[in-house]
Amino acid sequence: MAKKVRVYVTLKRGVLDPQGSAVGRALRTMGYGEVEDVRLGKYIEMTLSDECSGAEGKLDEMCKRLLANTVIEDYRFEMG
Amino acid sequence: MDIGIVTFPGSNCDHDVYHVLKRVVGANARAVWHKDRLPAGLDAVVLPGGFSYGDYLRCGALARFSPVMEDVTGFASAGGPVVGICNGFQVLCESGLLPGVLLRNASLKFICQDVLVEVQGADTPVTTGLRGHRLRMPIAHAEGNYYADTETLDRLEGEGQVVFRYVGGAPNGSSRDIAGIAGGPRLNVVGLMPHPERASEGILGSTDGRRLFESLLGT
Repeated sequence: MAKKVRVYVTLKRGVLDPQGSAVGRALRTMGYGEVEDVRLGKYIEMTLSDECSGAEGKLDEMCKRLLANTVIEDYRFEMG
Repeated sequence: MDIGIVTFPGSNCDHDVYHVLKRVVGANARAVWHKDRLPAGLDAVVLPGGFSYGDYLRCGALARFSPVMEDVTGFASAGGPVVGICNGFQVLCESGLLPGVLLRNASLKFICQDVLVEVQGADTPVTTGLRGHRLRMPIAHAEGNYYADTETLDRLEGEGQVVFRYVGGAPNGSSRDIAGIAGGPRLNVVGLMPHPERASEGILGSTDGRRLFESLLGT
């Protein structure tokens, strides 16, 4: 069975997110006053081949080397 | 002086840099395709502006894995002068050849305007003899908002690695008004957001940018 993977890349706390702020302002302007904070991130879907062994280690490496820039972003992933 | 100009898919200032190097300041400019190796015997390498790989994922993130970058990294580590302009600066940061990262402009707008930057810090291949000078050059970017953690910023300032600073405040939200920094073993790697190649001939309104290329030729 091919493995389905979901990767979430989010901005670290403390890194300014002007896009998130703009979306938050828009939501509040629409009347959703309960919105206190919005942070935008990336969601990546991936399919790994059946033969993939040590998937977790490899995914971690992929995130560190390409999918996230760890200077400004955090990442996490889910499998299955 | 042999200077290689790397073209990634999506680079769009490569010809401008080639033109200025070859016809304005008289260097032996050599176009290098990103899938090729760097030619032997180069004296300097320029990573030009543009939108390498369509800015997919993050600007500069995919260009880092172009085959030529292995040679560029080796060249930089050996002390060879490498200059990244705009997208080239983003590629240098993503490659780890320079610290920090260029975020979306704080205004979320693409900014295209002339700016005044002051040359500061230690001497680099493109700023020799220019410290204290104020240069007028255009910027044209959506991601020029330089970011690094406080510790890194303090270190950059302390080591004289902040080499270009916006005069009168950064238009893009850059930490400490940083427009360009230097790194590498001999501060031989320089990245900057302004476009010196667009300010190298009188007909374009400013020749201040030419001084960077003249400095490069002098090293």
